Amino acid sequence: MGMTVVEKILSRASGQDVVTPGEQVRFAVDLAMSHENASGAIPQHAEIHRVADCPVKLWDPSRIAIIFDHRVPAPNVDTANNQKMIRNFVAQHGISKFHDIDGVRGGICHQVLPENGYVLPGMVVVGTDSHTTTHGALGAFAFGTGVTEMATIWTFGKVLNMDVPATIKVVINGEFRPGVTAKDLILHLIGLLTADGATNRVIEFHGSTIAAMSMSGRLTLCNMAVEAGATSGIIPADDTTEKYLRTVACVSGMIPRVTPDVDAVYEREVVVDVSGLDYQVACPHTVDNVKPISAVAGTAVNQIVLGSCTNGRQEDIAAASAILKGRRLASGVRMLVFPASWRVWSEANQEGHLEALRAAGATIMNPGCGCCVGAHEGILAEGETALSTTNRNFVGRMGSGAKAFIYLCAPRVAAASALTGRITKPEGIQA
Amino acid sequence: MNEKHTLSAKVVKVFGNDISTDIIYPGTYLYCTDSKKTPAFCFKVNNDEEFNRQLVSGAILPGSIIVAGANFGCGSSREQAASSIAGHGLVIVAKSFARIFLDNASRLGIRTVIVPRIEAAEGDTLSIAATTVRNEQSGKTFSITPHQSYHQFLIDAGGLVPYAAELLKASVRGERI
Repeated sequence: MGMTVVEKILSRASGQDVVTPGEQVRFAVDLAMSHENASGAIPQHAEIHRVADCPVKLWDPSRIAIIFDHRVPAPNVDTANNQKMIRNFVAQHGISKFHDIDGVRGGICHQVLPENGYVLPGMVVVGTDSHTTTHGALGAFAFGTGVTEMATIWTFGKVLNMDVPATIKVVINGEFRPGVTAKDLILHLIGLLTADGATNRVIEFHGSTIAAMSMSGRLTLCNMAVEAGATSGIIPADDTTEKYLRTVACVSGMIPRVTPDVDAVYEREVVVDVSGLDYQVACPHTVDNVKPISAVAGTAVNQIVLGSCTNGRQEDIAAASAILKGRRLASGVRMLVFPASWRVWSEANQEGHLEALRAAGATIMNPGCGCCVGAHEGILAEGETALSTTNRNFVGRMGSGAKAFIYLCAPRVAAASALTGRITKPEGIQA
Repeated sequence: MNEKHTLSAKVVKVFGNDISTDIIYPGTYLYCTDSKKTPAFCFKVNNDEEFNRQLVSGAILPGSIIVAGANFGCGSSREQAASSIAGHGLVIVAKSFARIFLDNASRLGIRTVIVPRIEAAEGDTLSIAATTVRNEQSGKTFSITPHQSYHQFLIDAGGLVPYAAELLKASVRGERI
């Protein structure tokens, strides 16, 4: 019986010839990623060794990545103390894939990992962040976990137990209408699948739309697979993957490709044609509350957020800049721009996009998770509404509980709406 | 905690569908990663702090039950969502759980019960047996959906840390794990 991409990766990583959905497996991890929540994994790692009465030891410091992004620079003493504890741990154990608050190496973990060539097709990537699904764009089996499991991975280099997830095949065909992007597609798909429609499943993407999609769009797509409940999203490696890894991530070694068997067994198949797809908006307070833009056009907004691990790449910033260049934000609207990494920031700066956005009235923030996670840098007041290119619109996500409202959209919709102060369809605005 | 042990306890809170980890443990408090301190911020939702107040005041007994709809714990991987609930000793009965939350809860030994058709109101008493949950007020009985094998394994092992420590000892002895 044939295997899907993730089944193949898991059979290699578990040392078994075949794995089947529902079977409990133990498997090797190729890359283990954490951010500031490493401060929760460090004591659990110590606790395992204390209970076992063994000296504290790390599995393989070269395969552990720690990237500061959730609260950078530290907004309070507790975060500062945690970051200090992590720096000490990193130095003590010689963890090389450490990205501190730094204008050259810094950024959001889900951008830093791909940019630095840390992720290759066929890898098992585990991160203490739910949006670790992002790295499925490079053909890796990538998923989020908690800090206690991370502590066991730091100890053994293995996921000790997981049931092999079944795979849903999602085939995307057709050519996008001008301006419509991967973000509109993934919002539409989450609306179709619902917020838990893919729970404990892998989404494996196929189709002509995916084949033609840039790596930037693929990262957006896989980033949000978790919003349908999926363990992981994955796009089998192809020429686009290889080109990205060679030219952007500067990978020089062998790049494997893992593709599904022709007789792979999928739990179900979902086919979407994007040729008629309009811009999509996810409405408060769930990501699957998705509507075509016409249904919510005119909704007044106070804060526009462009960026994040979902839509903070060069392509996203350029799309917004093209709309906002030479114009001015509507009165009463503030716009925050969070490039996904300092490398993205630098490229967007060199191409004049950041200055164009600034001149339009946007505030250019430092790369990081910013207000998306509700900790700092753009918390909403009671009664306020944000339109954001990020990935979650839950109650309290940007602070203020159920009294603040978050709509999710693509960068072009965010930019067009910044000019009017209302959710606005981009057509007709671009010069 | 042994899943097969029958437990009778009061429902102290009923939630709807899609209760995210941003509600269970808001991002404001992510700076706190000490599992002894996270219970103070459990359900401390801005503008809706009543349940948090009840929890931290000690008015809710350990072993009390919260009942939720589908997809409980969706969103972030923050383990504080699970550790803060663990600190109050709450049992969670939900129509379904999001994966990472249920992973984390199982690793911390929280008692979670999947009951797709559960009907309960605050103040009801639920009796949780091996395969069914009975609402003592309505007299109705509801079937429990078994956990995935690795979740049940972790729950039976008393959580991931003791299990990992045993494996580490075995590994030090030269056993292949």
